[in-house]
This record gives sequence, C-alpha cells and structure tokens, in this order.
Amino acid sequence: MTDFREQETLEELRGWLADNWDPERGLVEWRSMLADSGWGMPHWPREWYGRDLPVGFTPLVDAEFDRFGALQVTRSGIRMLAAATILEHGSDLHRQKFLRRIITGEDVWCQLFSEPGSGSDLAGATTRAVMVGNKWVVNGQKVWTTSAHKAHWGLLLARTDIDVPKHSGLSYFILDMQQPGVEAHPLRQMNGHASFNQVFLTDAEVLPEFQVAANGEGWNVATTTLMHERRAADSLRSWGSAGQPGTGRIYEEAQEEIRTAMAPYSWYPQRAGRVDLVMPRAHETGAIRDPVIRQEIARLLIMHKSAEWTAMRARTSQQRGRPQGPEGSLGKLASSNVARLAARVHTMVSGADAMLAGPDGPCDGTIAEILVSFPAASIAGGTDEIQKNIISERVLGMPKETRFDTDRPFRDIPRNTVS
Amino acid sequence: MKFGFSEEQEAFRDVLRRYFEDRSPTTEVRRLMATDQGWEREGWNRMNSELGLAAIAVPEAYGGQGFGLAEQCIALEEMGRALVCSPYFATAVLAASAIELAGSEQQKQTLLPNIASGETVATLAFCEDDGRWDIEGVALEARGDGTLHGTKSYVLDGQAADLVVVLARTPGTTGTDGLSLHLVRGDAPGLERRALQSIDETRRIARLVFDGVEAEPLPGAAAAAMEQVLARAAICLANEMVGGAERLRADALDYVGMRMQFGRSIASFQVTKHKAADMLLDVELARSAAYYAAAAHDEADDGVVALASLAKAGAGEAYVQTAIHAVQMHGGIGFTWDNDTHLWFKRAKVSEVFLGSSAEHRERLVAHWQD
Ligand SMILES: Cc1cc2nc3c(=O)[nH]c(=O)nc-3n(C[C@H](O)[C@H](O)[C@H](O)COP(=O)(O)OP(=O)(O)OC[C@H]3O[C@@H](n4cnc5c(N)ncnc54)[C@H](O)[C@@H]3O)c2cc1C
Repeated sequence: MTDFREQETLEELRGWLADNWDPERGLVEWRSMLADSGWGMPHWPREWYGRDLPVGFTPLVDAEFDRFGALQVTRSGIRMLAAATILEHGSDLHRQKFLRRIITGEDVWCQLFSEPGSGSDLAGATTRAVMVGNKWVVNGQKVWTTSAHKAHWGLLLARTDIDVPKHSGLSYFILDMQQPGVEAHPLRQMNGHASFNQVFLTDAEVLPEFQVAANGEGWNVATTTLMHERRAADSLRSWGSAGQPGTGRIYEEAQEEIRTAMAPYSWYPQRAGRVDLVMPRAHETGAIRDPVIRQEIARLLIMHKSAEWTAMRARTSQQRGRPQGPEGSLGKLASSNVARLAARVHTMVSGADAMLAGPDGPCDGTIAEILVSFPAASIAGGTDEIQKNIISERVLGMPKETRFDTDRPFRDIPRNTVS
Repeated sequence: MKFGFSEEQEAFRDVLRRYFEDRSPTTEVRRLMATDQGWEREGWNRMNSELGLAAIAVPEAYGGQGFGLAEQCIALEEMGRALVCSPYFATAVLAASAIELAGSEQQKQTLLPNIASGETVATLAFCEDDGRWDIEGVALEARGDGTLHGTKSYVLDGQAADLVVVLARTPGTTGTDGLSLHLVRGDAPGLERRALQSIDETRRIARLVFDGVEAEPLPGAAAAAMEQVLARAAICLANEMVGGAERLRADALDYVGMRMQFGRSIASFQVTKHKAADMLLDVELARSAAYYAAAAHDEADDGVVALASLAKAGAGEAYVQTAIHAVQMHGGIGFTWDNDTHLWFKRAKVSEVFLGSSAEHRERLVAHWQD
C-alpha cells in the first residue's frame, strides 16, 4: 500500500470514529459497529467483518483508536484462535454463527486439544467421536484447557478412526460447552491461579454441521490453530487490554469483562516477563546504578526488541501473500527466552524484595507473579523442545527423528503409563 | 584437606534421609506450609529429641555434640532435599553461630544448651529494609541506655522466634565501625513483628520494628563475628540448596522415564538426555563447591569467606536452573499446584536471593582472590 492510500484510509477511519465513537454506548453495541464497519478486524476479508487491509496496517488502525481514546476489539484469548481457524477452514455457516460474537466478545472459547496422555504429541489424542444416528457423540478427557470453566464453545480435536495412522484419524469439531455431557474442573497452578481445567466429555453431542473440514482432516485444521497460537505468543498487544481507562458506560463494561470473561488471562502478561516494568523498577530500586544489573537489563532489552522486530518482519512477509507458516515457532521460542531472562533480571533488580509475594511484594505482588508464572511460557502452546523440533525439521529441513508411531494404525501404538 | 565423607558420616546421612522420608513427605510439607507459623513445635521437638539436630555443631561444653560444619551441612542437605519445614536454619545456623562467636562465657552457658536441645527457637536479625546483606549498611541503633531503635527485615522465622540476636550500631558510626550484637526476647515490649508473605511458603520471613527495646549486648566484636556467621550461613545454605537441586533432578529424571509421547519414552529423546546430563553436571559442581567450603571451614582455612561465597553463588545458579529444567521436563503437570516441583522451585527462587545474590557473592569472591 502506498503512503498516500495509507493516509487516505486513516483519514476515513478518523472521520468514522468522530461520527460514531461514544463512551456511553454499550460495549457489545460498539463492537457490533466495529464488526459492521470492518474497523475492528481490518485485516479480515470484507465479506466477513473486515476491510481486506494488510495485516501490517492493523497497528496503525489501533494507534488511531488509542489516540481517540476509543476502545478496540480485544484481540486475545482462545476466541481469536477460533476466529482464525474458522476463517481458514470453517464453513459459511460457522462464519455466520460465530465470527460476529467473537468480535463482540459475547462468546468465550476454549481449546480442547491436550489430553492427559497427549500434550506434545497432540496427534495421539484418544478422545473419541462416533456418529450415532445423526449426531457425533464424544467421549474422553481433555486437560490444561484454559477458560473451559467459562466457555460457550470449544475447539475440539477428537479421534474418529483408530484403524488408520494417528494423524489421519483425527477430526475437528466445534463443541457446545454448556451441555450436560461436558464437565470442567478448574486445576490450580503453581502461581495460585486456576485458569486451566480438566474437562470430562461423557456422551457430549456435536451436530454434524459443527464439524470443521472433513473427517480425518482434524490434524491439518489443528495445525492452523496452533500456528496462530504460536504467533500470538509474541503479539504486541497485551492480553485483555481495554485501552486507556476513561469514564463512561463502555469503560465500565470493559473493566467488567476483564474481571470476568478475561480473568483466566490476568496473569498472562506476567508469564511473558513484563519487560515493560524492568526500567521503572530499576529506577525505583536504584538497581539502574549497578553496572552488573545494567548489563543484564541491556541484554534483556536487546533480546526483547530483536524478537519484536523479528515478529514484524514475519508479518511483513505475510503481507506479501505468504501464509502463516512454521516460522511462528521462532517467535514463540524467542518469547519464552525473553520471559525466562526477564524473570532473572526482575530478581536482580528487586534484590531481597524478590522473595516477597502478595501485598508485601513489589508492585503489589506483580513481580512475584512473574517469578512463579514464567515457566508456563515455555510449555503452553507447545513446549520449547517441540518448537525447536519444528524449526529444525520444518524450517531448516533437517532430517526428521526416526518415528515409530506414524506408520501403523493408531490402535497399535504404545501408550502412556503415566499421565 | 579432608574432602569426602567417612563411614560414620555416610551412616548419619542415611539415618537422616530415612527419617525425613518418613517424617517430611510432601503431604506433610504442604500441611505445615499452610499453617500460620509454617512449622510446629511438636515436629521440631521430636526432630531434636530423636536426632539431636540442633545440637550438631554446638560445642560440647555448651550442651552440643561438638561436630563440625561438615556434619551440620549433611543435615542441611537432607533437609533441603526433603524441604523440611522447621526453624533449623534460623536457630541452629544463624543464632547459634552468632552467640557462639560473640557471646560471653556466661551467655553461652545459659543460652546454647537450650538452643542445642531445640527448646529455644532463635534467629538472627541483620538485614534491613534496604535489603543489603553486607553488614556495613546496618542502621538500627543501639543507644547508650541499652535500647534498640530501628527496623530489621527478611528475618528468618522472625515472627515466631523466642530469642532474636540483633545486629545494631552505635549512633554516629559508619561502615563496620561501631557494630554490636544484642539479645532480645521475641516478646520484648516495644518489639513489633510482622510476617512477610514469601514466594516460598515453606520458610517464613518477618519484619521486626524495634521501638526502644531493651536488649542485652553480646560482648564479642560484632563485625568479625558476623563475617564468620555469614560465611557459615552461606556454606550451610549452599549445602541445603544442593540437597533441593538433587531432589528436583532425580524426580524429573524419574518422571521422564515413565512418560510416553510419540509412542516412546520422552527420556529417549536426545534433548531430554542432554538436559538430564547438564542437570547432573550443574548439581555435581555445586555439590563439590558446597562440600569443599564446609571442609575448609572445619580445617580453619583462612580463605573460608571467599569459599563460602563461591559455594553460595554456584549453588544459587544451579538450584534455579535445575528447577527451571525440572518444571519443563514435566510439561503441563509441572506447572500445577498439585505437582510437587513448584515447592522446590520456589525455595530455589528465594534461596537465590537470601543472604545475597549470586552476583554479590561472585563480586566478594573476586575481591578476595584478585591478588
Ligand atoms: C498455562 C497453560 C495453559 C494451557 N492451555 C491449554 C489449552 O487451553 N488447551 C490445550 O489443549 N492445552 C493447553 N495447555 C497444554 C500444553 O499445550 C501442553 O502442556 C504442552 O503442549 C506439553 O504437553 P504435556 O503437558 O503433555 O507435556 P509432555 O508432552 O509430556 O512433555 C514433557 C516434556 O517432554 C518433552 N518432549 C515431549 N516430546 C518431545 C520430543 N519429541 N522431543 C523432545 N522433547 C520432547 C517436552 O518438551 C517436555 O519438556 C496449556 C498448558 C499450560 C502450561
């Protein structure tokens, strides 16, 4: 896009905001307007609530919203992964039924991929979906399912055929989470939060039209969801951000959303390391004068900035029409390195205070929360080791590990003794 | 230098390991860490009546067993391994050393036997709100009338201790000049104690405010005594950290041996094996440094202060790194509350900071060794 067209587009947006923004509107009402105008998801197709603008243009749109003090769509959480997957693989019925309510934030989504016996090896899922009469009937157990206890819909990976090799026997469904056959039990994490769940599926039902793509295509669709998740790991927009606080009904409703629907994500910025807090804390504690700590701060900022620019480069190449590829794993890996180093630097900057948690701890416990949350960054969404396998085998084309689980029917593969 | 353990020492270690496996399983650790105090008198008394643990390093003349730091470090390594919830470090390492090194003959006669028996739970308050672990920054004042004024923070078991040894300074002095050690009863008038919430729930720290608290001075030279006390404490903490790191390492190894993904044991992936090998190397190097420092202390090596810092810095890094690897090797389960890994992970994070960061100890090491 030429600079001229950029300016023209932003001009149009300013006019639109001036005509429509009103902090006394309801949050859902406002976001419905964002859906209809396409300004909420400007990089989506025109026919589906977007404006067909390049992905790299979205930050400029968001910056304009910020300047105006207007709220944007909350582009985080599993629901955005659902949207990306539905846009790519879903039917028009799925797009009609789900995309608008994803933009408005009315529906909470969860990702039912991991199981007790299959995490890294997602294609080893044993949850079964069987067609009984004219419905899919699902039985099995999922685990680590973020937000399942609040969700309306779940992205479900389930096995529809055990007589073919593991990757070929999986299918992908959209599961109604608020039915009797679905039971979610929150699990407490080492940081004290309980945002993920065990989910028990007992004769849960899915209508055939809520299957995504064909039978046996589940692995392919799940890979799309995962690539978006990995890319989101380095996304610059914070989880559950409501823009600048202001006064008016819409801000109150946005705050309420953060307290309720987005609550499971409240610690996500901490798990990413809160690099933004390092400099202010270093000034506050005087650590900024310590030459050893200065070096570590610099090392962190170099890593953080370089990772940010690597993500920007990846987005630019996407604009040139290349699909989201396994390169997302680089960003995911970088962000887990950043989180780990940031926790280290925060420990140095806080000194003795790094021992303290809760109201006694620095930043009202936020620093402590970083120190006990960062390990999730290298596990959730695929572990560091898995990202390295993907990068070496799929990006660099190095020889694949010898595998013993892909050449035979799923029913013949050795399974877990612990889960 | 005597470096390596005798048969008696190995036998002692075996006894302790079995005792703590029996008495401090993680179910018990979890029960105690949820209590107000973080430990219970009953278990503490039992540990002392059955094994005499608080008496290990107290000289025989004062009711102790008169062993060296090496033996005490065996106990600490085993306690670190089992994450034993008790006021041992505060009482038997910090307070006992300070009284032994700075107390009058009469003070030692009166106080140490009760510390050795576990009857008196004691601690040492030296760090203040600024979080400095060196003694030069101490600001709490000991006035001419014998009263203490000021604040101490990050005091191990400071909330529950019956007896607090306090590092103070004469008004108007700076640096290591004018420092003195004092005894204060935990319930002394004018002393206000508040538990601080720690990341590590298995070990308690507190903030103590002294508002004209009457105190009894220890006559010994405080700066010299504190240098030795802190060296001993660093060596003890290093050994405790090694015990914890070893436990994390071994448990993670067990776990990956049982877990299958991709139709095979995750232990069969080369990256898992390399990680396990790195963890062993980290722990073994830290262990050697911790053992060496304890042995050097018992041989009255005059370089012990530097060796203590070497051991503390090495163990601090090794423990945290091992903890990070251990969570990672468990995958999602490693991030849960119900899995035990986080209990040691949090002890590692706090021990890394307690008594001074690895960077501070590295600096101290180089300062001693540069010429
Ligand atoms: C905070 C959090 C939120 C989560 N949210 C969700 C969610 O909403 N939905 C969902 O479906 N899942 C979710 N997960 C699950 C997450 O995706 C899995 O935990 C992760 O993929 C690892 O799987 P696992 O736990 O089974 O560990 P395992 O796969 O058992 O891994 C254990 C260890 O083995 C290593 N390993 C495994 N295979 C290999 C290999 N081939 N080569 C080398 N090393 C290997 C791993 O890297 C790891 O270190 C969440 C996890 C966390 C921590």
